[in-house]
Amino acid sequence: MTGADGRPAVGGRVDDKSVEIFLGKLLRWGVLLAALVVFVGGVWFLSESYDVPQNYKTFRGEPTELRAVPLIVHQAITLRPLGLIQFGLLLLIATPVARVLFSVLGFGLERDWMYVVITLLVLALLIYTLTSRSST
Amino acid sequence: MNTLEFTLLITLGSFLAGMLGSLTGLGGGVVIVPLLTLLFGVDIRYAIGASLVSVIATSSGAAAAYLREGYSNMRVGMFLEIATTVGAVSGAFLAGYLHTSIIAIVFGVVLLYSAYTSTHTLADPPEGMGPDRIATLLRLDSSYPTSDGLKPYHVRNVPLGFGLMYVAGVLSGLLGIGSGAVKVLAMDQAMKIPFKVSTTTSNFMIGVTAAASAGIYLRRGYIDPGLAMPVMLGVLAGALVGAKILPGAKVRTLRMVFGVVIAALAMEMIFQGVRGKL
Repeated sequence: MTGADGRPAVGGRVDDKSVEIFLGKLLRWGVLLAALVVFVGGVWFLSESYDVPQNYKTFRGEPTELRAVPLIVHQAITLRPLGLIQFGLLLLIATPVARVLFSVLGFGLERDWMYVVITLLVLALLIYTLTSRSST
Repeated sequence: MNTLEFTLLITLGSFLAGMLGSLTGLGGGVVIVPLLTLLFGVDIRYAIGASLVSVIATSSGAAAAYLREGYSNMRVGMFLEIATTVGAVSGAFLAGYLHTSIIAIVFGVVLLYSAYTSTHTLADPPEGMGPDRIATLLRLDSSYPTSDGLKPYHVRNVPLGFGLMYVAGVLSGLLGIGSGAVKVLAMDQAMKIPFKVSTTTSNFMIGVTAAASAGIYLRRGYIDPGLAMPVMLGVLAGALVGAKILPGAKVRTLRMVFGVVIAALAMEMIFQGVRGKL
């Protein structure tokens, strides 16, 4: 995000790259963390209900506590196995969102205001999808 | 089948899908939905929800490897991401109203197209074209590293590329896939972006687009933790193994085999959709 001499670089493609390498690492750690949470929740879920017959043929839809973001977090904190898996999936969905968020900062440091606005627009759309009321 | 057996089988199937997807560059998402619906009889809405999750996992997981190469064009990606996220939102809403048989048929058609592109190499865009007014205005032109040093390129046909990206987003939201084939079509063929740049930029975009759709699917209750868990872990592990063995793999043969498998799955999706069985 800064040039070799430590000052913020303006509009340099080289600096896009250092921002991107940082973001790439961030994404990989995010995915690994999400996978770990899903795995722990999954093992727990299976140890409790391994011999229950499964039925995914008929669509019922998930209960509210596995649909809304605050309720999923609550389910995970109170250590419900399915809530924990769902929280891990939420972390996974958050990794590209985090990348877009950091891109706003990256473009901001380059003083590329047009792209700060474009990236904020994408970020707003992503946040909308996670928080809007579901229609069906 | 009890939950343990079901989970283990789904993990194995997803592992193979992830490995083939990463070896062929098509992504695991395209085969997850047919695998779950045709083989395991899972409702297509649950299948799409689980597939979206695996698409995000492979996209974000591979980003570090792609980004180190330094090819991706963040401005192109972010500008086009407006079109794909709006498209993904439209597609995900559409999925709530369309009959599942229609979704299955559309899925089959898109799958056939993916099979076709996986076995046919598209011609590289012609070089040496001048700058484009809109691309210059949006500062989309850039350069990428080659063996002869940095090579500049001009981005063309921005409105057409933007429109195609909207379509890619709709398909992603409706079908739970990464729509990599349509994204590459938009960037390579319409916008004349060099192949290496479009592939890496597309990988980034796939994750963001799928996240937009996944948010809506989660809010709707289409993402089942018990099903998405083995799919996500299986595809991710498969993609990592695939990336490790890629250098020694016979990619051409694999692409042909995978192309045939995808085409067969596509026919079956269309057939079952027409019969109203999905």
